[in-house]
Amino acid sequence: MTQPIIRLSGLDKFYGEFQALSQIDLDIQTGEFFSLLGPSGCGKTTLLRAIAGFETLSSGSLHIDGVSMEGVPANKRPTNMVFQSYAIFPHMSVAENIAYGLKARKLPKAEIKASVAEAINMVGLEGFDDRASHALSGGQRQRVALARALVLKPRVLLLDEPLSALDKKLREQMQSELRRLQRAVGITFVLVTHDQEEALTMSDRIAVMFDGKIEQVASPQILYGKPSTRKVAAFIGMMNFLDAKVLTTSGDNLEVEVQSLGKLTLPLEQATGGLDGCNSVGVRPEMLTILMGSQTSEREIEAEVTEVYYYGDMTYYDVKLPAKEDPITVTMRNTAGREVLEVGAKARVGWSTSSLLLLK
Amino acid sequence: MVGFQKWRRSESAQGLFLISPTLGFALLLLAVPLIMVVALSFWTQDYLTLDRTFTTANYQTAWTEPMYQYLMARSLKISIFVTAVTVLVAYPVAYFISFHVVPKRKAMWIFLITIPFWTSYLMRIFLWKVILGYNGVINGTLTGFGIIDEPLSFILYNQNAVVITLAHAWIPFAILPIFVALERVDRSLIEAAEDLGDSGIRRFFRVTLPLSMPGVIAATIIVFIPTIGDYVTPRLVGGPNGLMISNMIELQFKKANNAPLGAALAISAMGIVTFFALVFLWMNRKYVRGPS
Amino acid sequence: MRGKIGFFKWFIGFFLLFLYGPAILLPVFAFNASSIVSFPLSGFTTEWFSVLLTNGTLHVAARNSLLIAVTTAIFSTLLAVLAARASTRFSFFGRRSIMGFVMLPMVLPEIIIGVSLLVVIIQMGFELSLWSITMGHILICTPFCIAILSSAFMNLDKSLEEASFDLGQTRWNTFWLVIFPLVMPGIVASLLIAFTISLDEFIIAFFLAGTEPTLPVYIWGQLRFPAKLPGLMALGTVLLLVSIGLLLIADFFRRRGIRKTGIENTGGFL
Ligand SMILES: Nc1ncnc2c1ncn2[C@@H]1O[C@H](COP(=O)(O)OP(=O)(O)OP(=O)(O)O)[C@@H](O)[C@H]1O
Ligand SMILES: [Mg+2]
Repeated sequence: MTQPIIRLSGLDKFYGEFQALSQIDLDIQTGEFFSLLGPSGCGKTTLLRAIAGFETLSSGSLHIDGVSMEGVPANKRPTNMVFQSYAIFPHMSVAENIAYGLKARKLPKAEIKASVAEAINMVGLEGFDDRASHALSGGQRQRVALARALVLKPRVLLLDEPLSALDKKLREQMQSELRRLQRAVGITFVLVTHDQEEALTMSDRIAVMFDGKIEQVASPQILYGKPSTRKVAAFIGMMNFLDAKVLTTSGDNLEVEVQSLGKLTLPLEQATGGLDGCNSVGVRPEMLTILMGSQTSEREIEAEVTEVYYYGDMTYYDVKLPAKEDPITVTMRNTAGREVLEVGAKARVGWSTSSLLLLK
Repeated sequence: MVGFQKWRRSESAQGLFLISPTLGFALLLLAVPLIMVVALSFWTQDYLTLDRTFTTANYQTAWTEPMYQYLMARSLKISIFVTAVTVLVAYPVAYFISFHVVPKRKAMWIFLITIPFWTSYLMRIFLWKVILGYNGVINGTLTGFGIIDEPLSFILYNQNAVVITLAHAWIPFAILPIFVALERVDRSLIEAAEDLGDSGIRRFFRVTLPLSMPGVIAATIIVFIPTIGDYVTPRLVGGPNGLMISNMIELQFKKANNAPLGAALAISAMGIVTFFALVFLWMNRKYVRGPS
Repeated sequence: MRGKIGFFKWFIGFFLLFLYGPAILLPVFAFNASSIVSFPLSGFTTEWFSVLLTNGTLHVAARNSLLIAVTTAIFSTLLAVLAARASTRFSFFGRRSIMGFVMLPMVLPEIIIGVSLLVVIIQMGFELSLWSITMGHILICTPFCIAILSSAFMNLDKSLEEASFDLGQTRWNTFWLVIFPLVMPGIVASLLIAFTISLDEFIIAFFLAGTEPTLPVYIWGQLRFPAKLPGLMALGTVLLLVSIGLLLIADFFRRRGIRKTGIENTGGFL
């Protein structure tokens, strides 16, 4: 593998007594679309601002392109940022905003003009050059902020929840546009978001953070399909949990006792985060089926429907398993001929051992 | 040294560095002078020579001499009166602007209320003399309409005139904080009270007034403290019975050439005013449960 | 409901009469063709305004006051910019107490400030001069300027500064390219308010005036002479117009600032 564009090692950040980041080790590869995902207050912004140079590290090191950033101020780093509030200079026009960084570099006028025109084209703001920046819509402000940063051709573009101020429609449109832009310019993007869908659809890799620590770094498919801890599994998508206990290990197989499901043999690789401290089994609701008529499945279990949520294309069932107090969730596509069960109905829930994850 | 280097670049150091000129200026022209006034109040002066031996004689004079006691009591009485009148008049005005003026016009109303304040201070006081005088506007109007036969004489050259004039001078300063506090009152709370069955008056006393109390307190302090320091209004419209402690302080410093006694009087007045202000604040905290 | 509004109408009417009484009388007597300032009025004249043009002492006093007011405006705004910037942007040790102390002159009786400055000047062996008055005025104007500028600096989004820095500008250029233009309206408003307050200030000026009078000190001296009163009314009218003009300009700039930083106008002056 080539040298990572960003390398963080042993990074700590304290605000007085409060530790906002602890022992962050992270490599981000050149040209990646990388996301930092986590609940509010987990330290995403702090980490991004540390990379940008707005927060000093309490300990640890940060290298960009192999160069230590210790003592390098924000205006000397090869990174640029798109702020959550966009931070468009209100007293400057669109073109002046975009030219701001180029002027700081004291480039020739003609070159600045050409670059600005190119950047305006790139984000689709043709004809808005002289528009006062307070007369822009949210989406347009976002584009100005992007153009203003990208025109400087940074090695890394940092984005702090750039889409959170937009309405749903516009947000989805901007998501695909951001992705397209990133592919086109080939610059490494580091995106902060607390919206898992956004992270899953846009990123090459995602780091999931809780309480100032990185819990897992992986591609969207792995993060969803093979989360390494119960915390990550619960945060991304829906997951049912059943108590479990590892009885014996033999070669590549595990003997496990699972609540309601009984004794099972699982391959070792289904303990995604390692064997230590595993005490539950997780299964995604869409990996379970409610069997109808003569349908069969690898395994099945009797359950009772306790709640039904009808969404049109999907139905979500809460079903109660024997020997488990809280119901688990099963989601079913409403395909042709499938009837929707009622509360209180008996149901046969089909499942397979390959869809179970052993988690800590 | 490394620690110091780090501190120098810290936020705390930058902030302190930035504010140091302003702070230095205030220390030099406010703290040092105030300390010197305190020092001076413990010295004595015989015509023009200053005796720097420590003595509490000035304070003894200031606190025991009946004339000073009397002036101090009167100043306090007038100040309290002025404050009460000002706040009582200011509240309905602020309430009117906040609740009965359409939002677009509020800024204009506030501007309207501050304009008279920018008339020359001295001229304003003098004009009150013209309004309240024996042949003044009020008496002229009242006799002109035949409402009274003889001009009223109890309105100029006494404490009433001082109260009216000072209240007029300070009313914009009282309206503004009350208005700001009323603007902050969440209108849905008042509607909630109405919804819960409170009548208009009860609603006002149970919701609006307590919630706007911080503004009333600010107005009271803003008016009360400076009022005691005015020596121009009493001189121009107060007559011999309207003079206040500040006139005496001015007299000691200027004509009587007894700066130490003036300093002792000034410090005493300041102390008493601060004491009353603190008592007022304390009572508010104790008996009125406003928003914290 | 109607009864309540009725009460308010009467109350506000009387209040406005009370508030504007003196201000209305000022021009009335300034144009009144009688050397006695009292009713009944006796005709229209502009004589009192022409008297102002030829009065040498008045001109000296006016010049002194202008000099003091301009100096005060500049210095208190400078000091206030530093304090407002420091208190809104940085959190430092003792910020609240330091700000409280710097704002103290706003609630201190002016006589106390006058007295204490007088004591220092005399004890230090300095002469009373226009400078001593200027110092006093800077002291009392700075808190007002800080109040205005604090809100200007507070409305400034911190990420604008960071964005400028992030785009490669230095701190110094960031100040001049981003911060300064955005707080400029506040600075103009601060200059004008300080100027207006200083121009009209009497209590401290009277305590600290040496041989050279300021405008209010001059007016004070003239109030004793009934014959001079109509001229003073004319002078007061002129001063009132100047003050209102300056305030309107200040308010205009304040509003423009609010529009520029994109914050909702909540009204309210000072
Ligand atoms: N300047 C500061 N001083 C003290 N604590 C801070 C400071 N900045 C952030 N914190 C704390 O650090 C923690 C992480 O903050 P951060 O802004 O990085 O969270 P975040 O993950 O970006 O959350 P959000 O999704 O809400 O933006 C929070 O608990 C926050 O309260
Ligand atoms: Mg954040």
